[in-house]
Amino acid sequence: MDNAIYNYALRMGDTCLILSHRLAERCSNGPFLEEDIAMTNISLDLLGGADLFLSLAAEVEGEGRSADDLAYRRNERQYYNHLLAERPNKNFAHVMMRQFLHDALLHPLYTGLKLSKNEHLAGIAEKGVKESAYHIRHSSMWIVRLGKGTDDSKEKLQDALDDLWTYTGEMFEYNDEEATLAKDGVIPSFEELKTTWLKTVKEVFNEAGLEVPKDKWMATGGRQGVHSEFLGHMIAEMQYLPRAYPDAKW
Amino acid sequence: MDEAKQEELFWKKIEAEEKIEPKDWMPEDYRKNLIRQISQHAHSEVIGMQPEGNWITRAPSLRAKKVLLAKIQDEAGHGLYLYSACETLGVSRDTLIEQLHQQKAKYSSIFNYPVLSWADIGAVGWLVDGAAIVNQVSLQRTSYGPYSRAMVRICKEESFHQRQGYEIITQMANGTAEQREMAQDALNRLWWPSLMMFGPTDKDSPNSAKAMKWKIKRESNDLLRQRFIDKTVPQAEILGLSIPDPDLELQADGSYKFGEINWQEFYDVVQGNGPCNKQRLDHHIKAHNEGAWVREAAIAYGMSKSKETIAA
Amino acid sequence: MSEVKDNQGPLWEVFIQSKNNLPYKHAGSVHAFDGEMALQNARDLYTRRGEGRAIWVVPSNQIISSVPTDEDSFFDPSDDKIYRHPTFYTVKEGVKNM
Repeated sequence: MDNAIYNYALRMGDTCLILSHRLAERCSNGPFLEEDIAMTNISLDLLGGADLFLSLAAEVEGEGRSADDLAYRRNERQYYNHLLAERPNKNFAHVMMRQFLHDALLHPLYTGLKLSKNEHLAGIAEKGVKESAYHIRHSSMWIVRLGKGTDDSKEKLQDALDDLWTYTGEMFEYNDEEATLAKDGVIPSFEELKTTWLKTVKEVFNEAGLEVPKDKWMATGGRQGVHSEFLGHMIAEMQYLPRAYPDAKW
Repeated sequence: MDEAKQEELFWKKIEAEEKIEPKDWMPEDYRKNLIRQISQHAHSEVIGMQPEGNWITRAPSLRAKKVLLAKIQDEAGHGLYLYSACETLGVSRDTLIEQLHQQKAKYSSIFNYPVLSWADIGAVGWLVDGAAIVNQVSLQRTSYGPYSRAMVRICKEESFHQRQGYEIITQMANGTAEQREMAQDALNRLWWPSLMMFGPTDKDSPNSAKAMKWKIKRESNDLLRQRFIDKTVPQAEILGLSIPDPDLELQADGSYKFGEINWQEFYDVVQGNGPCNKQRLDHHIKAHNEGAWVREAAIAYGMSKSKETIAA
Repeated sequence: MSEVKDNQGPLWEVFIQSKNNLPYKHAGSVHAFDGEMALQNARDLYTRRGEGRAIWVVPSNQIISSVPTDEDSFFDPSDDKIYRHPTFYTVKEGVKNM
């Protein structure tokens, strides 16, 4: 089995799945109906991405497991999503900031992945690049709106940024395995992604009048399966039915 | 044109099955009745997001999760179409939401029942959406243009909802003993409330007689209810599930005679005394209030934007 | 918008072009607080099933509409100008595709 591809697909799949889960929790909680639809739409896109990445992981693994098995039968120590994805829905500013910080990564990531030497990854990116282009348009507009809206909205947004910034460093960590994948043109380079990402977020924060936090301590662990306490609850909820009725088909 | 003449023209249009459009003259009662019915319909779609939304994070497979998300999204969309139709009558969505919060406007009583298991999600799609579709198909011919057009769109989009529900119930009815039990339990709890969705019997429904005269409503509560029962009972039989009505009986004409509906329960729930009334309304109010600062920010930003446009 | 009474945001009318070279058709309306949001909300609401390839949004209060009582004076005059319709003209049998 190609371990490197398996691990990469899992990380991506898990990140999409957990982020989708957080957005799904917002269903019927939006500030107005149109935004509720937008959120569920993005949640649905991310879920589609998760399904594709996890299906690829399952296929690469070659042990007869399915995407569902990977989503529903691994425990929290076997999940490799970014810590940022599991941050709770504290308020609309947090939700939108978390989303924007991800979108600013996922869009250039998919753009690079489209050129992957691995045709499966390139195929997934083909779809992802279109969706993520829309997502970043949506979230960056909200960052600007809230930043330029009222004093209250600006303060809440800055709070969200200050809180979440700590979790962004991890998104650009990579190991030897991933360095090789990048060198071989299978995945985009993490260094380049970071440069693009930083440029995008700084531009949007600048327009929104937000202060980019000074580089400080960055949290890490998601990529090794060491998460915040929040993830366990999310997974317990997500997996409850297949775990409680292991013989049932759904 | 004087009012008598306007009214004559209005009735001529109704008679001729022409649609009444927003700027047409209409009797004040007609307008009020429409606002009541359409807003109730819109609120039902939106409140209906809650019991189903409650299960997205617990959907037992990625496919089931996707389908449920897409379905709830449709419901939000349908709420929007209906609010828009209602707004053409000169009432703002803000006001409509306020009426909901003050309990001056109602929503379908079915959503005041809890959705307790994954089989309930199936039963909601199969029975609740099934009942809604019977009603909505009939409403495509409603006399108010914007309402009718919203219904046409909704019917087109909803056709997958009932299938989604029936698929879940089928899976469970054919699954393990525990799944089968959940499916039967869901049917037991949701059957009667689904029948109540069509409203009181014709003899106890004064609103409905008026609405029929105006052709806002096209078919009577009892007729629609009967149509739903006749359609649904065989679907339950195919699955080997039993309808919780000992008086149910197939008649010579192919329709089903059914037992007495517990109208006391219906009126209790409509008047706010159902298992989830308070929870549903509280949730809506909370989300609305929590979103207030976001809307304010968006208003402020929108104003500065439109100033820019005018200056340019 | 100058008068925001509804804190759900102003209304916008949505027009969708379903295919290249077809006219834009009125699809419905959305609430949004600015033009870009209106465009995105319209996209999410009215093109969920691939119904469109292009969207216009217009603030509802910018739509100027004829009024029903004008109907006669506004539209009837065109009723008698049947020469605007191709069926007005007789074409010799055997002439195709004109």
